[in-house]
Amino acid sequence: MRLSETQRMFTPRAAPLSDFGSILRRLHIDGPLLGGLLLVCGFGLFILYSAVGENNRLLMNQVIRLGIAFIAMLIVAQLPPDFLRRWTPVGYAIGLVLLVLVLAYGEVSQGARRWLDFGVRFQPSEAMKLGVPMMAAWFLHDRQIPPRIGEIALVAVMIVVPTVLIAKQPDLGTSLLIAASGVIVIILAGISFRFMLGLGIAAIPGALVLWNFMQDYQKQRVLTLLNPDSDPLGAGYNIIQSKIAIGSGGLFGKGWTNGSQAQLEFLPERDTDFIFAVLGEEFGLLGVLTLLVLYMFIIGRGLYIAVQARDTFSRLLAGSISLTFMVYVFVNTAMVTGLVPVVGVPLPLVSFGGTSMVTLMAGFGILMSIHSHRKLLPH
Amino acid sequence: MSALLSPIKDVHSERRMFLSRVVLAAVVSILLLGLVIARLVQLQVVDHELFAEKSQGNRVRIEPVPPIRGLVFDRKDRVLAENLPAYQLELIPEQVDDIDDTLNRLASINLIEFEDIPRIKDLSRSGPRFKPVTLKFRLTDEEIASFAIQRPRFPGVDFQPRLVRHYPDGELVSHAVGYVGALSTDDLERLDPAAYAGTSHTGKTAVESSFESDLHGDAGYRHMITNARGRQVPSDTSELLDSLPFDETPMPGANVYLSLDLDLQRIATQALAGRRGALVALDPQNGEILALVSAPAFDPNLFAVGMSTSQYRELSENPDRPLFNRAVRGAYPPGSTIKPMLALAALEKNATNLTRKTVCHGYFQLPNDDHRYRDWKPEGHGPVDLHDAIAQSCDVYFYEISGDIGIDTMHDYLTRFGLGSKTGVDIGGESTGLVPSREWKRNNFSDRDNQRWYHGETVIVSIGQGYMLATPLQLASAAAALATRGKRYRPHMVAAVEDALTGERRMVQPERLPDVEISNEFYWENVLGAMHDVMQGPRGTARAVGFGAPYEMAGKSGTAQVVSIAQDEEYDDAELEERQRDHALFIAFAPLDEPRIAVALIVENGESGSSVAAPIARAVMDAYLGFGDDAS
Repeated sequence: MRLSETQRMFTPRAAPLSDFGSILRRLHIDGPLLGGLLLVCGFGLFILYSAVGENNRLLMNQVIRLGIAFIAMLIVAQLPPDFLRRWTPVGYAIGLVLLVLVLAYGEVSQGARRWLDFGVRFQPSEAMKLGVPMMAAWFLHDRQIPPRIGEIALVAVMIVVPTVLIAKQPDLGTSLLIAASGVIVIILAGISFRFMLGLGIAAIPGALVLWNFMQDYQKQRVLTLLNPDSDPLGAGYNIIQSKIAIGSGGLFGKGWTNGSQAQLEFLPERDTDFIFAVLGEEFGLLGVLTLLVLYMFIIGRGLYIAVQARDTFSRLLAGSISLTFMVYVFVNTAMVTGLVPVVGVPLPLVSFGGTSMVTLMAGFGILMSIHSHRKLLPH
Repeated sequence: MSALLSPIKDVHSERRMFLSRVVLAAVVSILLLGLVIARLVQLQVVDHELFAEKSQGNRVRIEPVPPIRGLVFDRKDRVLAENLPAYQLELIPEQVDDIDDTLNRLASINLIEFEDIPRIKDLSRSGPRFKPVTLKFRLTDEEIASFAIQRPRFPGVDFQPRLVRHYPDGELVSHAVGYVGALSTDDLERLDPAAYAGTSHTGKTAVESSFESDLHGDAGYRHMITNARGRQVPSDTSELLDSLPFDETPMPGANVYLSLDLDLQRIATQALAGRRGALVALDPQNGEILALVSAPAFDPNLFAVGMSTSQYRELSENPDRPLFNRAVRGAYPPGSTIKPMLALAALEKNATNLTRKTVCHGYFQLPNDDHRYRDWKPEGHGPVDLHDAIAQSCDVYFYEISGDIGIDTMHDYLTRFGLGSKTGVDIGGESTGLVPSREWKRNNFSDRDNQRWYHGETVIVSIGQGYMLATPLQLASAAAALATRGKRYRPHMVAAVEDALTGERRMVQPERLPDVEISNEFYWENVLGAMHDVMQGPRGTARAVGFGAPYEMAGKSGTAQVVSIAQDEEYDDAELEERQRDHALFIAFAPLDEPRIAVALIVENGESGSSVAAPIARAVMDAYLGFGDDAS
């Protein structure tokens, strides 16, 4: 490792950087990513304040959750990617066991069995949001890239098992996101487009099979999307009200806390899944574009980190985390604007609620870890 | 270097490939987010106006404002029905934690009744949870005071001011004016939902019901900012109130002026006090109803205010049936009151003449039949002509000529006097009564034997018994037709309808009905003369009643056997005996030459038309003609 001696001469740590930059570096924090996250969260709190009806107690609640999530990010950022990689199979196995335990002993809430209570209540499916892409990246990291078909099949099993377990809770939204995060790893690993095309065609009968396995309410959501006016006070109500909210916002919006759809409670789930409609109503096209640009900056920074990563595991994981975040943003905004069926996906970093926030920020912690531990990697 | 560590991997090509995949993913991401942005542009720019309109419609709700119900006046502009502010006790379901406990505690301090609790609970569950449920429509001052002290113990329960229909004279006009009651589900199906939005009560009987469309008015509306559950949002929460459309004020209901004379109504009511019966007084010159009484009556305010289940049961199960409007709905055998009409029919059809005499021995027999049709006077009236037969009310005379008149002629003439069909009075709720005929019998009996008309049945009808039924209103109208020598007007209660805003009055024109045409004026002269002698002749049945009157009057008594008593009604013996006594009836009019009032009345189980019913008719006529005790 003599070379690293030479390298050390050029490390930025030795260079006369600003104090702030060096503090960030010592804390393994990526400045631009942190900046993007803080901007989105700040903007999110601003919208949330209006969406919860200017309720300071609820807002403080969210601030505390954000704080916990940022601490989680900070902790994860300290763990070197090698460490993460080594512990990935163990973590994944524990995750699977917990998912089985959830189905067996989990607490039922709102018709779904998602929670485990070991003194602390938590959702194992949340952990698997990171566990699945990590496992896929771990499996592919020391193999020939692009992977062979047999290897892909093995990865597919690693993805499908937790996906099915979560879908059985039932939690369709989370299971689809987890499947997506795994699939993204496979795509980034470089499987051929012909193979992807074949899978896509094979997915059509698969989708038909899936349709048969879907719960009635899930089918209803799909049908509702196709024609929301068929049941304007039932299943279509959310989409209709959300479109009215966004559409009536116009270019510049009705003004902060002045959205009649949101404030007069026409808009359901306005502080959680449909908070994007509150933004659209009160801040108009200008507001939603601002938020989307901030999101794109975060995603872009994540992809940059992925490209800069030094090993396969880090690359695939960083790429998957960034693109899964993109999927979150797309699914939520497309759902609220009536482009895709209503699946329970919150608007990341903005929607009220803390469960997914910690996972999300832990994911950004991994990105930061990958970026800031580059120079210390053995490669 | 890496190649040395992991020889199978081509790090450089892997990196290139990864980079291309990331670029591809970035492009796909931008396309997907571009799709969302395109959608946002479509919603927020292209279709913005459409959605802006929809959002406006979402938050503005039209709240109906009920109109003020029109007032009802008597012929001297005295208020019979008005609207008074009253405090009602309300409960807002969403503000009450334990509704059972709250209702039980309210019942224990006597603000509501225990047996009303299930009904109130149903009500509180049926509507939106923020909508108040009325527990009690009208609180007394004592109740308001006692509740005010205990209010902290009852969160979600409070009293609210409201306009409540009020009938100052209560029972006095209950059957003439009718009452309003809370809207029922049936009412809601029948009425125009737009006009009744916000209205809680509607007319249920008599004038209140038949002039509902005039009295009610039209609902106005005001615009309100509401949330998704329809709750009004205080307007100061935001600037949302800008650009709201103007409100529409409600159109108050029209005031209705009755031809009813409250003084006359009071005298008639007092005369019938303690009795079951009915009285109708008309102006024969135009058909205006001057008094309409059914006894016993009830307090219509109970319906307007809302009564407890036990109060309602007390009214509806009372054996004296106070809710039953005997004046228009009670169908009684008219007894001898129809004799003047049959006399005219007989004269017109030459079934008898003015000089024909019959010796009355107290009974009549048909040929080849042992059955004796008895006269009310067992020893008989001796030799009587038509005049005597009316004045003394000789049944045998009419039994004898009944065969010559024939049931079809009887039916024909009684029908011309308006019997057997609804008068079409403007308060509704009428019975048809019944004037039997061959045809009627054929159509209304199933077996052949009963479908035939028997001569004996004609005999019975000639004294207003048998199948014959008439309402007091029909008899009053017939009496009026006798008084005017055949000129008939449709009886009516409402004289004018006044627009509450402009004060413009629409007078109700008397409606002339087809005359009862009698070819010889002398027949009228004779029959009306006989009716005069009933009251003021030397041998008249009611001469004691007509004695000493400062004006000339005419009348005819009637006494009708009680047909049957319903098997399921329970009476003690004394009461049973009382209820099997004959009904007492009387028709009258005065003054004889220029009649201004015609009266018909019945006293159930009053036994004697001339001694029980006639004095009541006299009292009413005296009062109306200005000769009463308290005439001013």
